[in-house]
Amino acid sequence: MKAYGNLKEKFIYMFIWLGAAFVAFTLLTIIAYVFVKGIGTISWEFITAIPSRMGKEGGISSAIVGTIYLTVVALLISTPLGIGSAVYLTEYQKRNSRFSRAVEMSAEALSGIPSIIFGLFGFIFFVIFLGLGWSILSGGLTLAIMILPTIMRTTQEALRAVPEEFRSNSLALGASKWQTISKIVLPSSAPGIVTGVILSIGRSVGETAAILLTAGSALGMPLLPTDPARSMSVHLYYLAAEGISMERAYGTALLLIVMILIINYLANLSLRRFTYRLKS
Amino acid sequence: MSLYKIQAKDVCLFYHQEQALFNVNLNIEANQVTALIGPSGCGKSTFLRSLNRLNELIEGTTTTGEVLIDGVNIYDNDTDVVKLRKEVGMVFQKPSAFPMSIYDNVAYGPRIHGITKKNTLDEIVERSLRQANLWEEAKDRLTSSGLRMSGGQQQRLVIARVLSVNPKVILMDEPASALDPISTAKLEDLISELKKEYTIVIVTHNMQQAARVSDSTAFFLSGHLIEYQPTERLFVNPGDKRTEDYITGRFG
Ligand SMILES: Nc1ncnc2c1ncn2[C@@H]1O[C@H](COP(=O)(O)OP(=O)(O)O)[C@@H](O)[C@H]1O
Ligand SMILES: [Mg+2]
Repeated sequence: MKAYGNLKEKFIYMFIWLGAAFVAFTLLTIIAYVFVKGIGTISWEFITAIPSRMGKEGGISSAIVGTIYLTVVALLISTPLGIGSAVYLTEYQKRNSRFSRAVEMSAEALSGIPSIIFGLFGFIFFVIFLGLGWSILSGGLTLAIMILPTIMRTTQEALRAVPEEFRSNSLALGASKWQTISKIVLPSSAPGIVTGVILSIGRSVGETAAILLTAGSALGMPLLPTDPARSMSVHLYYLAAEGISMERAYGTALLLIVMILIINYLANLSLRRFTYRLKS
Repeated sequence: MSLYKIQAKDVCLFYHQEQALFNVNLNIEANQVTALIGPSGCGKSTFLRSLNRLNELIEGTTTTGEVLIDGVNIYDNDTDVVKLRKEVGMVFQKPSAFPMSIYDNVAYGPRIHGITKKNTLDEIVERSLRQANLWEEAKDRLTSSGLRMSGGQQQRLVIARVLSVNPKVILMDEPASALDPISTAKLEDLISELKKEYTIVIVTHNMQQAARVSDSTAFFLSGHLIEYQPTERLFVNPGDKRTEDYITGRFG
């Protein structure tokens, strides 16, 4: 019986190990492939020059700037909104009140919607109806709506992880509710909130479909928020889909992957700090 | 002015429709330790929280009756709740340092009440930690996180934090229930020292503890105050059959 149990255990262990190995292998293969194919294209010029001849020549600087610009606009809008609504729902509304449930359910639903639908909405609402045209602003607003649920939900989780005793101890010292939130609750949940924000950055940076229809595909350097722009992922899409230059598509992909890896690394770092802080 | 530091008069408390306290009348003397005992769920914590209006933070509670502190009803409409909670500090069951340095933990209260001068804060922090018998252990690590302290140290840190805002009354809700025997002994010593300057009300499920630290003991059952006597008399010669049953361990 014991031997049989051991065998079973070993088998399950092997199965899990194979699964993990497969995932790691696939991931590494993709990264290695993109790296090998893309590294030859990377040069100082590729990073700093504006694309010419639809991207066949020159660099991708305007797409890099466009990506960062769009992400920053999206964050400037969705971070305060997301954190604010999470604080309101978690700290000021009764738990499970009808209102918070409604908001949470719509956030849940919103985060399951394919991004092309956000793009379509952004196109109809921001680009056409509000007349913002293809622009950083339209794209950033669309991205903001897309990542808002993530920021709100992760902030809510982080706030809920703050022990109830912190609040009661602070209030019993005569602190007001807002003092308690701003001096105790938010600082202790900050790393968790930051993690959510960084994950959202990752999503914005990699997003294609939502931007395709809202920010346009201009090759020039975007300066004003009303300028049209293309992000790296959109640029990559055109380079590959229209057969402009596969090498350059890989070069762009490589830079995009590096950017996202750095962002994920930062997310992990802050998550570790967060759990450490609550444990120790 | 009355003789008593705290006078509870016909205090009733409801959680929604559910009544948890029934006309509690209790007079607490200054510079004494008063213990509240009784079986779990009898309303000890609820009564304790009615002394600094902390029940108000729980949704759906209604309090009736009066609680006079130094002769003034804290349930008056013009009561300054912030000032009340400074004067009536509270130590909870679970030792709970804030996730910040030891220094910042103690300076938290004074800071939210508007003290910003570094010198003043330094003095308050040292004085409070000394009063809480924690200065020797903490003085070389004031900048390290309060969460790195042991449970017993954290509980004394919490007491220092309460002392930092100059309370008159300190409420303690089973403060030793999460502590080992040595930390508990240190805490009990501290309580005996603190009563020289403060009025202390302590909830405990440990009757030896009540006997060791308190001057008077109140026995609660199902939301009613059954008996309130000098501690010795209550334990040696209880006046009520139910008190006797409880302290001899026949129920509870
Ligand atoms: N937050 C609450 N909501 C509803 N009922 C509560 C709450 N806290 C306590 N009660 C009820 O009030 C009664 C007294 O509880 P409590 O004061 O915590 O007792 P004790 O501290 O003596 O164990 C119990 O019946 C308990 O169920
Ligand atoms: Mg209790």
